[in-house]
Amino acid sequence: MREITYREALREGLREEMKRDETVFLLGEDIAEFGGTYKVTQGLLEEFGPARVRNTPISEAAIVGAALGAALLGMRPVAEIMYIDFSTIAIDQIANQIAKVRYMFGGKARASLVIRTQGGAGRSSAAQHAQSLEAWYSHIPGLKVVMPSTPYDVKGLIKSSIRDDNPILFIEHKLLYNEKGPVPEEEYLIPIGKADIKREGKDVTIVATSRMVLRALKAAQALTEDGVEAEVVDPRTLVPLDEETILQSIKKTGRLLIVHEASKRCGFGAEIAALASEKAFYDLDAPIKRVAAANTPVPFAPKMESFVIPDERAIIKGVRELLG
Amino acid sequence: MIPKEKLMEMYEKMVRIRRFEEKAVELFLKGALPGFLHSSIGQEAVSVGACAALREDDYMISTHRGHGDIIAKGARVDLMMAELFAKKTGYCKGKGGSMHIADLDLGILGATGIVGAGLPIINGAALACQLKGTDQVSLCFFGDGASNTGSFHEALNMASIWNLPVIFVCQNNLYAESTPQWVHQKIQDISVRAQGYGIPGVSVDGNNVLTVYRATSEAVERARGKGGPTLIECKTYRWLGHYVGDPGTAYRTKEEVEQWKSRDPVKQYRANLLANGVCEEKDLDAIDRRLEREIEEAVEFARNSPDPDPEDALQDVYIGEYIP
Repeated sequence: MREITYREALREGLREEMKRDETVFLLGEDIAEFGGTYKVTQGLLEEFGPARVRNTPISEAAIVGAALGAALLGMRPVAEIMYIDFSTIAIDQIANQIAKVRYMFGGKARASLVIRTQGGAGRSSAAQHAQSLEAWYSHIPGLKVVMPSTPYDVKGLIKSSIRDDNPILFIEHKLLYNEKGPVPEEEYLIPIGKADIKREGKDVTIVATSRMVLRALKAAQALTEDGVEAEVVDPRTLVPLDEETILQSIKKTGRLLIVHEASKRCGFGAEIAALASEKAFYDLDAPIKRVAAANTPVPFAPKMESFVIPDERAIIKGVRELLG
Repeated sequence: MIPKEKLMEMYEKMVRIRRFEEKAVELFLKGALPGFLHSSIGQEAVSVGACAALREDDYMISTHRGHGDIIAKGARVDLMMAELFAKKTGYCKGKGGSMHIADLDLGILGATGIVGAGLPIINGAALACQLKGTDQVSLCFFGDGASNTGSFHEALNMASIWNLPVIFVCQNNLYAESTPQWVHQKIQDISVRAQGYGIPGVSVDGNNVLTVYRATSEAVERARGKGGPTLIECKTYRWLGHYVGDPGTAYRTKEEVEQWKSRDPVKQYRANLLANGVCEEKDLDAIDRRLEREIEEAVEFARNSPDPDPEDALQDVYIGEYIP
């Protein structure tokens, strides 16, 4: 199978959906001629024109609000928020308006829109360009939260997200755009709410999200030298969460390590840990463990940044502790 | 020359709003309605004058003080009253309440309880119409308080650069909750803010329904003719407090309230119709009596309607199979 980057796979998904459905359009800062800060939308202006690939002012609330208004009239907008850190400017529109219109209006409204954004550390972009805020949005009923880790997943999930009738926060990772992986030429979709077992194993379950999936896979590879076979589960979508796949894996391994890049306190790992203790307590042979970022803002200095963000060694250490 | 039928319809809608609001206040004070209530008594001319300039297939977004706007756009008072009573038969099946009534079939895209949040959303509705190539226009009501939010500025700027068919109608009732306009902004005419966005802005007497109608009609015509957005400031007054229960006396003098009450928009319009020989007193009395009955019947309908089942709370969060 051909290999393309996460960025290319994402762009292909957007292009295919724009060709398929003329109600799909893109709006965001610097997405047209400039192609987006991470060049995801490069070339789409030329292909689809300025009405459907719309540059906006630096006005996150207006961007996301416009997406909602258009969705209410049957469009399927894809709004890009350049950094998830900037979504804070639009959080009223996301949390109070988009997430709630359908419910508040008694099931009459359809907020069929995607907010594409990216988060994560690793580029020394400091505290306001490197956060992992997925837990915030997962906490808001009415939103779906998607967090793909591979080129294959990002393409299949962006297509499903655009077709979904619910509002979706689609969180990419700035250090995944250049990652390559196999992506079929023919069309495919990935259902929202379906986890993926990225690596099978029998000794320990590692549930990891976004870029941490890659690190978990590397750690799992290294652990084979100890004779440890780790199973790596990527939820891919946090809301809805594929509880069954996670619980089945715990049943098999009896041990659970959760890895994410967000700071540990109230991170999404807390939700997975609670799920396991509520529904898989008697399958567990050891206490649940979380490997996550320190409860600090993301620092600028590369050495400090890599200190607070979990790496392979931290994951390996976590697994070894679990296995006693 | 405004046709007689239109003039009479405007009178009818103003009285419908007044009777609905008076009844809602009465019921609320008796403890019949849960939650809280924001009365729009005194502001009828803005709601009716602005909506009278719209077609049924045009769009409108309202505010937390939205009963009048929604009635003016054609909403049914029985379904509204049932919603205020939190009944299953209400516009939102009891999930939205007073602040969140929507009727998408009538172009009522809802009401938001977050001050200023409607402005970004109306742009999206207008953008959808622009992209679909229809000649529909979209109108957003908001208050003087909202004119100080970031959403106001982001939305006016976006509407102006995209030449969106939007009419921004400011219901300046001189108080942002309890804070008088002179305390919350340095300008007197909010319409001057239009200049900053290169769009037309006008301030009018918001207690004169025909003045509001003419100003809005001009803006609607411009928007339909691809002439872009307009900001209209309607100077008016809220007779009651910010919410029912707030006497509104801690921050307003009795003299001021009385002075505005002497400029009652409904009475003024009634006198105008009679003075110009549009109709006779008995015609208006007949309308008054009919509406009295209509509101009584709406209350009956609401009272006799079933409560929602508690478990209904779990429905309408998402579209599709996923139930949280």
